[in-house]
Amino acid sequence: MQVTSAIREPLVTGGKSVADVSEDISRQVEAAPARSWWMAFGFSLVLLLFGLYCVCIMLWEGIGMWGLNKTVGWAWDITNFVWWVGIGHAGTLISAILLLFRQRWRMSINRAAEAMTIFAVICAASFPAFHMGRLWLGFYWALPLPNAFGSLWVNFNSPLLWDVFAISTYFSVSLVFWYMGLIPDFAVIRDRAVAMGHKTRALIYNALSFGWDGAARTWSRYESVALILAGLSTPLVLSVHTIVSFDFATSVIPGWHTTIFPPYFVAGAIFSGFAMVLTLLLVTRKVFKLEDYITIYHIELMNIVIIITGSIVGIAYITEFFIAWYGQVPAEQYAFINRATGPYWWAYWSMMTCNVISPQLFWFKKLRTNIAATFVLSIIVNIGMWFERFVIIVTSLHRDYLPSSWSMFYPTMYDVGQYVFTFGIFFTAYFLFSKYFPVINMAEVKSIIKATSERKHHG
Amino acid sequence: MSNTTKTYWKGLPQLTNDPNYVKHADKEFVDLGVDQDPGHSRRDFLKMMGFSVAAVSLAACEAPVRKAIPYINKPVDVDPGIPNYYASSYVNGGDYCSIVVKVRDGRPIKVDGNSLSKVTLGGTSAQVEASVLSLYDNYRLRGPKVGTANADWDKVDSEVIAKLGEIAAKGGQIRLVSQTILSPSTQQAIAAFKAKYPTTQHIQYDPVSYYGIWKANEESFGTGMIPSYDFSKANVIVSIGADFLNTWLAPIEFSKQYATTREVSEDKREMSRHYQFESNLSLTGANADYRTAIRPSQEGLVVAALYNLLAGKAGVAGISSTLSGVANLEKAAGELWENRGKSVVVSGSNDKAVQVVVNAINNLLGNYGSTILPGLPVNYRQGNDEAMAAFIAEAEGGKVDGVIFYNCNPVYDHPMGEKLEKAIKAMALSVSTSYTEDETASACAYKAPDHHYLESWNDFEPKKGHYSLSQPAITPIFKSRQAQESFMTWAGVANADYYSFVQNNWKSKFFANDSQGWDFQTWWDQRLYDGVYESGASAGGSVSFRNEALSSADSSIGATYKANASGIELVIAESATVGNGSMANNPLLQELPDPITKAVWDHYVTLSLKDANALGIKNDAEGRTQLVSVSANGKTVKVAALVQPGQAQGTVGITLGYGRTKVGTVAENLGVNAYTLLSMLNGSVNYSATSGVKVEKVNEDFQIAQTQIHQTYMGRTNVIQESTLAEFKKDPAAGRENPMITKWDEKVEAASLSLWKGHEYKSHHWGMAIDLNTCTGCGACVVACNVENNVALVGKQEVINRREMHWLRIDRYYSSDAQPGDYEGLEQASENPEVTFQPMLCQHCNNAPCETVCPVAATTHSSEGLNQMTYNRCIGTRYCANNCPYKVRRFNWFKYHDNQQFYQSNPAMNTDLGRMVLNPEVTVRSRGVMEKCSFCVQRIQTGKLTAKKEKRELNDGEVITACQASCSTGAIVFGDMNNPESRISKLLKIDHYKTVKNAKGEEERVFNYGIDKKIGNPRAYRVLEEIGVKPNIFYLTKIRNKDGKKENA
Repeated sequence: MQVTSAIREPLVTGGKSVADVSEDISRQVEAAPARSWWMAFGFSLVLLLFGLYCVCIMLWEGIGMWGLNKTVGWAWDITNFVWWVGIGHAGTLISAILLLFRQRWRMSINRAAEAMTIFAVICAASFPAFHMGRLWLGFYWALPLPNAFGSLWVNFNSPLLWDVFAISTYFSVSLVFWYMGLIPDFAVIRDRAVAMGHKTRALIYNALSFGWDGAARTWSRYESVALILAGLSTPLVLSVHTIVSFDFATSVIPGWHTTIFPPYFVAGAIFSGFAMVLTLLLVTRKVFKLEDYITIYHIELMNIVIIITGSIVGIAYITEFFIAWYGQVPAEQYAFINRATGPYWWAYWSMMTCNVISPQLFWFKKLRTNIAATFVLSIIVNIGMWFERFVIIVTSLHRDYLPSSWSMFYPTMYDVGQYVFTFGIFFTAYFLFSKYFPVINMAEVKSIIKATSERKHHG
Repeated sequence: MSNTTKTYWKGLPQLTNDPNYVKHADKEFVDLGVDQDPGHSRRDFLKMMGFSVAAVSLAACEAPVRKAIPYINKPVDVDPGIPNYYASSYVNGGDYCSIVVKVRDGRPIKVDGNSLSKVTLGGTSAQVEASVLSLYDNYRLRGPKVGTANADWDKVDSEVIAKLGEIAAKGGQIRLVSQTILSPSTQQAIAAFKAKYPTTQHIQYDPVSYYGIWKANEESFGTGMIPSYDFSKANVIVSIGADFLNTWLAPIEFSKQYATTREVSEDKREMSRHYQFESNLSLTGANADYRTAIRPSQEGLVVAALYNLLAGKAGVAGISSTLSGVANLEKAAGELWENRGKSVVVSGSNDKAVQVVVNAINNLLGNYGSTILPGLPVNYRQGNDEAMAAFIAEAEGGKVDGVIFYNCNPVYDHPMGEKLEKAIKAMALSVSTSYTEDETASACAYKAPDHHYLESWNDFEPKKGHYSLSQPAITPIFKSRQAQESFMTWAGVANADYYSFVQNNWKSKFFANDSQGWDFQTWWDQRLYDGVYESGASAGGSVSFRNEALSSADSSIGATYKANASGIELVIAESATVGNGSMANNPLLQELPDPITKAVWDHYVTLSLKDANALGIKNDAEGRTQLVSVSANGKTVKVAALVQPGQAQGTVGITLGYGRTKVGTVAENLGVNAYTLLSMLNGSVNYSATSGVKVEKVNEDFQIAQTQIHQTYMGRTNVIQESTLAEFKKDPAAGRENPMITKWDEKVEAASLSLWKGHEYKSHHWGMAIDLNTCTGCGACVVACNVENNVALVGKQEVINRREMHWLRIDRYYSSDAQPGDYEGLEQASENPEVTFQPMLCQHCNNAPCETVCPVAATTHSSEGLNQMTYNRCIGTRYCANNCPYKVRRFNWFKYHDNQQFYQSNPAMNTDLGRMVLNPEVTVRSRGVMEKCSFCVQRIQTGKLTAKKEKRELNDGEVITACQASCSTGAIVFGDMNNPESRISKLLKIDHYKTVKNAKGEEERVFNYGIDKKIGNPRAYRVLEEIGVKPNIFYLTKIRNKDGKKENA
């Protein structure tokens, strides 16, 4: 039934029909979970529980359980925060910007990418929350709520407050956007459940789909809302990481105080976000046998985005060094020399290797169309991006203006545990999502099949 | 409606006239089926639930009952919440300081210097500041003890008297052992005791002995004494191993005198020149203009060589011992000779031969009568090493039957302590009056604890004719008893009340001659009010040097010292923080960074990098090192090794004051007891070992906790700004760095550009000036700040985690030989570095970077220029600390109060007794909040309120920060920069007016309330001027009295 284009690779292979799409995707939701799913889910739960233990001890005893000190007031906490927020960028980019640019290849990956965004943002948001010395007060004092303290109000000068707004806005819009897309697909599962006579499932998915009726008018509204939300989310892709970068850019600390951060952070975010999408999709594709929907072509396109953003990030690193030299500010110069040659040189060179050198391998078509190579590199990129944030935060702080206060940062089990905790949240949520929600946007994928069938018949 | 025939049914039931419908037809909503009223309304339910929840939660968090008992009859002058101040005296052995005790609600909470004193001149030291916490030491004896059992005083008295009687009856020997006794009345009480028991001998010794000086003066001049020194009159100061700014003799007094010679300004472009020849890098050596590292085996020869150089200039015969090629010695001799009578040479040696030559030098220079006052001897150290050694030998031989240790601990702090401990146990009677159960008290059968000094009456004569009183600032906390009362009770004196004893002594001794027409009570009250009293003090009196002393000293030096010794030598010095060890259980001192090494809670030997390499010792930046075993004089100790720039090659340094075994939880088993390594030389205790010393690496790792782990200055230019006197004479702005910012067409001063509008301070504008030239780096201010502001002490592990809480720290930088830009080289300190100290505290920036980043506005700017911290509002994001360029903000990583984890290091917040020392005016911070220096805002507030109540303006000098008050040298000046008459305005030469254009376009001079006041003092600078945060703290450039230009990076 499916036709292939003369000019480009088909986005969905295997000659899928519309019914096949419904069947392939919904099957994952309807069938009992596979053994591999149980194992992965169980492992995520273990991570979550270990992390939760570390979090509880930290909450009970104090932030001192982490390795921070008088000089390095942020380390793994904010590194992980920025890292997760960065990862969260791919979803919106894929669903919003690529939607506006009518990049149809996004259709089979946007669902998972958006889910990843939501979970990553939850993980990210946990760090600014838990890193507070008095979390129990910070939750509401950091929000501009009317209160009984008279004129006491939040400090609108503080980039941390901007973060609160940026992250919460981004999270709300992403969540709505993601859920919107899920509605027709939930309806498909409901309809299939009704047909199969699964009453409970029908009830649940009916509720989840808000009684979607599939009428033309509904579809029309759905399309309009999707477009509006895409328009709303597009500036968010740029603003969120820009604001996160302001945490550093507006400070006075050498290595933080730099105007290049907003574009550099956004590029880095997309870079790491795409890498994470790749890591997850390559696994999902294999586990759920979705090779026909997530094709080599998808992977190649995403790898190209990685080359581009990776190169932007690389240029940013070099520009920072150039400006440090050109600016002739001694403290700034030292901060950068210290990054490359100081006690944290290994973090810096890990970052350079993983982020600047490794993505360049994707210039080879053989590598960027190779699943194994892509998988390995996607993980390397995320390791590199973690180091980038670590380098920016820790190596700038640990040796700033007064040599008397210079110190080192050594993580403790609780730093690691806090990070593991977010992995636990992320993977547990992702596996629940991949089991109970359709991992590919059926409605949209069906439209590609239709679109390709309108093309000239070939062979 | 009534006309219509249509009927609208509400539903089928209406049509069918269903009975159920008819029943409820008048109700808008059909009843949901709850027919029966259970008797409780929803409101009742909510009330009950609300009450239960509230009751349960209240019951769960019931606060422990704390008793607060109000006065039935309020004592005069005691108002709850209003502190009283009492003049008193701090005395610990021979250490003395005249003080004012702040007492709030019956509890002494702070000790300040007494500015009326002509001895200590209003200064304090770290130990004086910390001593208030020792009052609340949990290790204090709660009452007398017989053996290990608690007893009452009657039992102790009857048994002690019985035993003394027995000993006296059989003619047995009794010894009363004490440290130096400064108190004339105590001497009299002891005399009364001796009168009753004539076989009693009173033996005085000092843990850190100055007997060599005493002996040398006896030999040189015929009178055994230690003279007063007046460094303030010296243009050239040469010290051979005397750490007179921190441990030697009377450092509080000397620091003040020294600072007056080190002050420079546009109008005073002269300062003293200070040479130091020493083995360990001491605080004094760190302040010297020229420092030469020598070995202890050369010490005598260096002094002899200096004598010979001067003798050559004076045209008198030299002595045979000499040493050539000592760096800076000839230069020093030349300048000493030029400044005859205006110079001083001091030596830290306890070898009388060396001190005799030092006397000869000062005699040649004519310094007696000007910088050295033999007519005004000091009583700080009267210990007699020979007598003490003889006593221990006697005790060992079983010839002593009874011994009383009066506030001394020779089992710990005498080289033969171990032997003494055994001997004590064999004696018929052994009594200790120590207020804690220390090593000696533990060995004694009877513990008759004395009061803490803040609970006692006493009088003192620290310097001839200079008297002072101490009075109780609190009723005795425990069942302790003034030791003098014990002595008199045991001597059978009828009225053993020591207060009236002291009073009577003063009445007969002073009041009789100096009543000024007052009645005694008024006169006495005035004496108590002042705390100090002078009678018969005159600096007059001359001495004549006996040349025969010199020749015997010469031969002794020739025999003892060697020009080129091989092998490693050991130098033993008093600790700069815990002193001689008597205050080791005071965590304020344990967590006070050593001024040089910045180590806390630890004991170590210092050694030079070359020696460390030879031994295979490796230190890393985190203080990780290895243990070494040090053997000297037949004893071996195992202790950590710390590489110390400036340490003379071939020497290792170790401090006394550690290795206490019976001391309390704070200091127990910290380090090793270095007293055991001491030996005797020429009749006095020798604080070095020059032969037979073995230092070997032990393969055991150790981590030393240091508050500063990066030692050098890394070639920066805007943090420490320094120059030499030679340059300063030409240009008082020498050494100043004015960072410039490049605009597109010109370079402008960094401070002239700002995105901020600045502030207008219409009333006060608080500021501080810190003179880097008079700051010696001693650290008294650090302890004062801790006590005043309830700063938590966090213990060794948390310091290793780099989380000490000090609001004020002293940054210490070593110079490096590397060139700017060679960052790796710059990390390595010079072999004999120049040292700079910089007190660093919240800079109270006018454009504070911490204020803008706080999401909840917990740190804000006051209308008086303070950067203030609202602990209640803080949620602990630590963003402010990250964004602080000075890294002065401190985060409460844990709950430091009421937390067993910090019981050992922070008793002041974790024990009921310790908590009494807390300053009620300052919140104890909770976990998870940020804190920092507040410029003692509680003191500012008190000052303002007092002025307001008295309906006047606040005068300059009424508000003094704790650090300023503690500073012996006056390096810290705090005040109102809006007040043209304030000291700070004058010191900084602030121009209080600015020219503005008024509405008519005319230029007008108006008062400048803004943040950019013109500072006229060319030495004044703000740290990190280029980042534009505009601190309210100014530093005055460091000027070293060196020839030529600044050399090192």
